[in-house]
Amino acid sequence: MSQDGVLVIKNLHASIAGEPILRGIDLTLRKGEVHALMGRNGSGKSTLAKVIMGHPDYEVTSGSVTLDEQNLLDMEPWQRARLGVFMSFQYPQAVPGLQVGNFLRKSVQAIRGESAPNAREFRKELNSCMEKLGVEKKFLARYVNDGFSGGEKKRLEILQLMLLQPQLAILDETDSGLDIDALRTVSTGINASVGNAACLIITHYQRILDHVNPDFVHVLIDGKIVASAGPELATKLEEKGYDWLEEGASA
Amino acid sequence: MSDDARDVVGDYKAGWHDPETATIRFDSGLSEKVVRDISELKNEPEWMTEIRVKAYHHFVKQPMPTWGNTELLNGINFDAVTYFLRSGNKTEVDWDDVPEDIKRTFDRLGIPDAEQKWLGGVTAQYESEAVYHSIREDLESQGVIFLDMDAGLREHEDIVKEYFCKIVPYQDNKFSALNTAVWSGGSFIYVPKGVKVDMPVQAYFRINAKNMGQFERTLIIVDEGASIHYVEGCTAPAYSTESLHSAVVELIAHKGAHIRYSTVQNWSTNVYNLVTKRAVAHENATVEWVDGNIGSKLTMKYPAVILKGDGAHAEVISVAYSGSGQHQDAGAKVHHLASNTTSSILSKSISKDGGRGSYRGMVTVSKKADNCKVNVVCDALILDDESQSDTYPTMEIANPTCRSEHEASVSKVSDEQVFYLMTRGHTEEEAMALIVNGFFEPFTRELPMEYAVELNKLMAFEMEGSIG
Repeated sequence: MSQDGVLVIKNLHASIAGEPILRGIDLTLRKGEVHALMGRNGSGKSTLAKVIMGHPDYEVTSGSVTLDEQNLLDMEPWQRARLGVFMSFQYPQAVPGLQVGNFLRKSVQAIRGESAPNAREFRKELNSCMEKLGVEKKFLARYVNDGFSGGEKKRLEILQLMLLQPQLAILDETDSGLDIDALRTVSTGINASVGNAACLIITHYQRILDHVNPDFVHVLIDGKIVASAGPELATKLEEKGYDWLEEGASA
Repeated sequence: MSDDARDVVGDYKAGWHDPETATIRFDSGLSEKVVRDISELKNEPEWMTEIRVKAYHHFVKQPMPTWGNTELLNGINFDAVTYFLRSGNKTEVDWDDVPEDIKRTFDRLGIPDAEQKWLGGVTAQYESEAVYHSIREDLESQGVIFLDMDAGLREHEDIVKEYFCKIVPYQDNKFSALNTAVWSGGSFIYVPKGVKVDMPVQAYFRINAKNMGQFERTLIIVDEGASIHYVEGCTAPAYSTESLHSAVVELIAHKGAHIRYSTVQNWSTNVYNLVTKRAVAHENATVEWVDGNIGSKLTMKYPAVILKGDGAHAEVISVAYSGSGQHQDAGAKVHHLASNTTSSILSKSISKDGGRGSYRGMVTVSKKADNCKVNVVCDALILDDESQSDTYPTMEIANPTCRSEHEASVSKVSDEQVFYLMTRGHTEEEAMALIVNGFFEPFTRELPMEYAVELNKLMAFEMEGSIG
């Protein structure tokens, strides 16, 4: 069974407040693979990310989501996280009064459990990750996402990705709002983390895919994956938009 | 712990009690005779007996406050309260001499351990009187006086007579009258000119007996250019019957002096906590009240500073946590009587499981006080729909040169915030604790580290089993 995917999604249907958003998703991500998920606003991309992570607002009406054959849908978000699911948020939440350094240490302890580094090793790991992301030390004393710029929020998300070492990383529009330089640094962080993980990158744009090379590109329209192909699909979307796929989908 | 105690204690960690071994216990209820007996038992000078008796009559005449939580206030049965209970025979200076059962109590609360590690002095009060007391020798040799209040009156009658009831007159309110009538224990501190006490001194108050009333009286005088940080902690067993804690604290900061007074009040939720705390700050002096209210059934407490001298500064940082059946009515008062005085009030309250948190504050600036600065911030965090938060801010500014700022916010913990933290491996309870401790952070960072850690643990504990 070892050739099986890390993450397997089968015929997933989900709705919010009775409104169906996902209408039968099938997707398999294997270790070391990078998948890009593209699609218009409202097509269900972020919903898919939140359903995998276990957001309480969404109801799964049918289908299954497993990570290494374990049913994620029965688990609380924190259990999924401890199992190795990570999501980088499009809009990360502020927690006033909670210092970044303290938050990172506590989260690493919660998620990496017994194999979490001791204080000294953690400090070393943290410094090395921060250096890669071009994050200054004083960042650690600030409150989590409180008064952060868009770029700072995204850097903190990627810093968490690097420290939490998940099996599955879902990056929800991590590239939006980043300038070229920030995009490059953030991509470095992503590349450093995805070696052993499966990675699902949700994006509107080709440009992050120039830095983080996807193995597969999927297009989501109206809650269904209507096209899956190699990286050339992203280039084609950049040129032609989604209309040509939409016609195919409705046919 | 007895069964009736367990009913109300829930998971209150300091809720156990030791067998009561009183050497003197007065019958419950209050009369002039009780007041005179307390004074006689303590061998007090006549002026103190007289002031007690006057205060008693004032207490009897004075009606209950008609503001605050009148429903809970009117539920106090003054006749059921024991006004004096002596447990030891004297205040010990060697920990080994403290009676075994009392020692166990304080051992369980970690007091001797804390003393060794980080305190300049300790006094431990059990019921009505101090049972243990110590001060670092070097502080004593610099002339610092740190005694329990009864010893303070015996050994330094002149100083006590000069300041007692001068900052908080017994006529101030019904509970200051009650305290003045039956006070026992508390701390007496004098710091001589220019002496800076570098380590905090701590008092620890414990109510052990049922239906007990604890009425400690604290007087702290810090002379010119001197400074001290005083810390107090309070716990009680969680009986199903109620106890009354009504203290009076008077602080005097002379020219250029600095007083910080930190409290972490964690009474069990059967205790009425009705306390009057007031300070006078002379020229260029600073008084800081750092006030944490976690326990009690009803707290009404508004630490006050009278800015009497030019350039004096007041700082009040308070946090309150109100859980099921609790009402924390807390806040601050600052009176700017002199020019160039500044004040800053930060109040943070959390209410949960039907608890109620109120901020009640008053700032006045007198007509002749020029160039004063006032800053008031009050933030409330409500954790569920059953809980309540309200604010009663009052500002009376009679001088046009005053610069004042006032901000207030009420927020709820958002589901998105909790979800975000849960995706980082934290259970819902842990997520709540992270949010709550973050909310209190501006307060905890002002506490000595050991207290801050304890408070964070306490709040994490309050969040346990609380997610509906």
